[in-house]
Amino acid sequence: MTDRETHWAGLMRAAIRGDDGAYRRLLKEVAPVLRALASRGLARHNHGSEDVEDVVQETLLALHLKRSTWDERQPFSPWLYAIARNKLIDNLRRRGRQAHVAIDDIGELPGGEAPPAAELNGVDAARLISRLNGRQREIVVAVSVEGETARQVAERLGMTEGAVRVALHRALRALAKAFRTETP
Amino acid sequence: MNTDHLIAAIAADGAATPPSIARRIAAALGIGGLIALVLFAQGLGVRPDIAVALQTWRFVVKVAIVLTSFTAALWATAHLARPDADQRQALAVLSLPLLMLAVAIGGELALSPASTWSAWAIGSNSRVCLFYIGLMAVAPLAALLAALRAGAPRSPALAGAVAGLLAGSLAASLYAIHCTDDSPLFVALWYPPPILLATLAGAVAGYRLLRW
Repeated sequence: MTDRETHWAGLMRAAIRGDDGAYRRLLKEVAPVLRALASRGLARHNHGSEDVEDVVQETLLALHLKRSTWDERQPFSPWLYAIARNKLIDNLRRRGRQAHVAIDDIGELPGGEAPPAAELNGVDAARLISRLNGRQREIVVAVSVEGETARQVAERLGMTEGAVRVALHRALRALAKAFRTETP
Repeated sequence: MNTDHLIAAIAADGAATPPSIARRIAAALGIGGLIALVLFAQGLGVRPDIAVALQTWRFVVKVAIVLTSFTAALWATAHLARPDADQRQALAVLSLPLLMLAVAIGGELALSPASTWSAWAIGSNSRVCLFYIGLMAVAPLAALLAALRAGAPRSPALAGAVAGLLAGSLAASLYAIHCTDDSPLFVALWYPPPILLATLAGAVAGYRLLRW
């Protein structure tokens, strides 16, 4: 656990210094842990697993959009789990379940490995992404599904790279908002 | 879009960091504080006998209390903007200025005869106090709330409330160097209402604006 903490904090520091590869590695590594936490949290509230991937995606978006609240002198994992707990509670509240999640419940790492996620993937996100405007959707799909770089997207769409980045950032914020205001 | 796709999109946006939340709070205090300072200079100004006042314990204690309140609220505001904040620790820090005020009240009651207490408490300036502390808190509170939208507070209402307390304490600190009513009894009676009003406004606004 301490090893993981050191490793994650190191990746996040590198990411903040502009190392996008480290950022991607960090996101990929935290996702299964977040999935296990979300799965456990939902199960504890007698809630099915259909929302697990929603909680994971909301948590990843919040990690990204709220990364300026991580203090580099503080450990990374408690910060991340605090975000995960918040997003779990949000999800439970939206669905009208009684949301009482004790801090201790989620403060520790889950022992087991993550549940399989493949069949849960992205049902809701697909619906949410349809809420983005045309240009935003096009850019998000290009960089995520097609794996294009911002520069490639810029050239293809006749935009500047900066404009693509701004549009992408706005799209991620719009996605986070869509999760927040989604009605089940 | 599955989670791997989302990760690709987030990584493409990059992590190179936006200004830290502490820096945003500092900027908000700078802007809001400047507007409060203009109001202060236009309507109030520093008391003319400040040099003499600095020799008296009542004035020094009064300024110490409002500055402690400001410092404690500043720390708590920055702390509570984080998702992993320890809320009880923040509330403990905020009790510090109240403790100082209680001790100061005890000192006043011990030192001055009972017949003077009501005169100390009522003072000469209470309406100006209520009005100006409230007025000077408005701009700092608005700026702080805007800054805190980048935060991720566990409790948006609490984060907004403490921002209101910070704005109120800033206004009270300015007011304290204008006002000639220095007794802890006056401070205890007239400073809290406008500060609490700012705190309440912050809580209501925070509940609506600071969700994430």
